[in-house]
Amino acid sequence: MSQPSLPVEIKEAALRFGDRTLWSGLDLEVEPGEFLAVLGPNGSGKTSLLRVLLGLNSLSEGKVSVVGRPPGRGNNKVGYIPQQRAMDEALTLRGTDLVGLGLDGHHWGVGLRGIGARRRKVADAVASVGAESYATSPVGRLSGGEQQRLRVAQALIGEPELLLCDEPLASLDLTHQRIVSELIDKRRGEAETAVLFVTHEINPILSYVDRVLYLVNGQFRIGKPDEVMNSATLSELYGAKIEVIKVGGQIHVAGTQSALCEDQVHHHADERVH
Amino acid sequence: MDKLFDFELTAKLLGIDFVQTALLAAAVLGLVAGVLGPLIVMRRMSFAVHGTAELAFTGAAAALLIGIGVSYGALAGAVIAALLLGLLGGRESDRDSVIGVILSFGLGLGVLLLWYYPGRASNKFGILVGQIVAVDSTDVTVLVVSSVVVLAVLALIYRPLLFATVDPAVATARGVPVRMLSPLFAVLVGIATALGVQIVGALLVVALMVTPAAAAARVTASPWKATVLAVVFAEVAALGGIVLSLAPGAPVSFFVTAISFLIYLVCRSIAYFRGRTRRDPVSEPAALPSPAAPGR
Repeated sequence: MSQPSLPVEIKEAALRFGDRTLWSGLDLEVEPGEFLAVLGPNGSGKTSLLRVLLGLNSLSEGKVSVVGRPPGRGNNKVGYIPQQRAMDEALTLRGTDLVGLGLDGHHWGVGLRGIGARRRKVADAVASVGAESYATSPVGRLSGGEQQRLRVAQALIGEPELLLCDEPLASLDLTHQRIVSELIDKRRGEAETAVLFVTHEINPILSYVDRVLYLVNGQFRIGKPDEVMNSATLSELYGAKIEVIKVGGQIHVAGTQSALCEDQVHHHADERVH
Repeated sequence: MDKLFDFELTAKLLGIDFVQTALLAAAVLGLVAGVLGPLIVMRRMSFAVHGTAELAFTGAAAALLIGIGVSYGALAGAVIAALLLGLLGGRESDRDSVIGVILSFGLGLGVLLLWYYPGRASNKFGILVGQIVAVDSTDVTVLVVSSVVVLAVLALIYRPLLFATVDPAVATARGVPVRMLSPLFAVLVGIATALGVQIVGALLVVALMVTPAAAAARVTASPWKATVLAVVFAEVAALGGIVLSLAPGAPVSFFVTAISFLIYLVCRSIAYFRGRTRRDPVSEPAALPSPAAPGR
C-alpha cells in the first residue's frame, strides 16, 4: 500500500544566510490534520522556514517536500494566509475579487470561461467564513479583521491540503483573533488540512495546537505545547533563566524581555517581492 | 469660441478625410487607455505615465530631426523609458525620484533636438500638446497594430497582473511571476503612452491614461466595471474633444483634458454624496455601489 504524501516533510535541513546559520539539522514531519505552531523571537528564522515551504527561499542543506512535491511556485494544494496589512482605500477590488484571485488569479487570461461556476465557488467560500455582509465592499474600506476573514476564504477556496499562515492574527483585536483562528481550525477538522502557523504569540491558538516548533538562535525544540513551553526547556533553548507561567489556560513566558521583545512583528514575508 | 456650437460647420468638418482619420485614431487610443487605466491607477503609475510621455516626446523629437515617422520615434522613446523605469525604479521607495530624474533629462534632450530641427515650429509644438489632425494613414496603421498587440498581451496577463498588483505576497506564493509582470506592463503602458502623445501631446497624455480610470475608481470597486467605465470615459473625452474642437479650430488637447476633468469631478461628487448616504444608519452597511451612469 502506497503511503500518501505528508503535507510537510523536512529532512536534515539547514538554512544559512552568509555565515549566519538560522537553523540546521531540522527534521520535521507534519501529518494531515495536524496544527503546528512555529514560535521564536524575531530573526530566529520562523518566516524563512515559511518562505522555504512556499518555494521563495531554498535550503542550504537537506531536503524538503510539500504535499509530495518539492516546494514550488504555485502548488495548488498549498494555501497561504499572510499578515494583515493596510490596503489602499481607492483600490478597485471587492472582497469577492480578493477571494476569487485565490482560486484562479495565477491562471493566464482574463477568466471569462466558467464565470458562473466561479461565482458560486467564491460565494461558498465567502459564506464559509461568514463574510457575506461585506464581501462586495471595497477591500480598502474593510477592517483588519474583516480582511483576514476574507484571506482565510482566499486560502481555503483552493481546497489546500496544507495551510501556511504567517502571523495572520497580528494587529487584530481579540475577538477577531478568536474568529480567524477558529475558522482555520474548522477547516482542519473538516478536511484534514494540515496547518503550519507562524506566530509570536501562542495564546490565541493554544487550544488548537498539536505541536510546537520553537526556534531560538539556531537551536530548536519540537514537541507538544507542554513539552516545549516549560521553564526547563525554554531556559535551555535561550541559555538564560526563563520562567514559563501558566495562568487560566494561557502561557506566559517571563525573563526574556530583552530576548523576546515580541510585541511588534517586524518582518514581512513579501518584503523581497517589490 | 462662439463657433463652439456652430453645428453646421462641425458637421461639414466631420465629413473631411483627415478628421475621420483623427476620430478613428482617438477611438482606438481611448479603448487602449481605458483598458490600461485602472491597472495604472491601482499600481500608482500616474507619474510613470507622465515620465514615459516625456521620453516619448524626446523620441518623437529625434525622429523629426532625422526625418523618420514621429510615431516610430515616440514609440521607441516610450519603450526605452518604460524599460529604464523598470530597471532603475524597482524599489517602490526609489521609483518616484527615478522617474523625476529620467523625465527631466529626457525633456531637456528633446528641447535640444527640437532646436536643431530646421522645420516648421508647429510640428515641434505639436509633439508637446498634440496635433491629431496631422495623423496620417501610416500613423493609423502603427496605432492600430500597436493597440492590438497591447490589448492581446494584456488579455493574456490580466488575471496574474491584477493578482500581483493588489496582493503581491500571495500572488508570489501562488506562483505568479510578479517580477516579470512589472516591466512587461510598463512596456505596454509605454506603447499606449506613445500613441497618446500624438493626440493630446506629451504633456497631457495623463488626461487619457489616468483621469478616466481615476474617475471610474471613485464610483465602483469592481475591476470589471471600472475597466468598462474607464473605456467609456476615455472615449467620451477623446472623441468628444475632437468634435468640439472642430468648429472653433481650437486645440484638441484643451477639450480632451477638459472633458476628462469634468468627468472626474462628476464621479468625485457621486462618490461624495453616496458616502454621505452610506453613513446614514437607515441604509445597508454594505450597500453595493450601483453602476454609475457614464459621465457626459
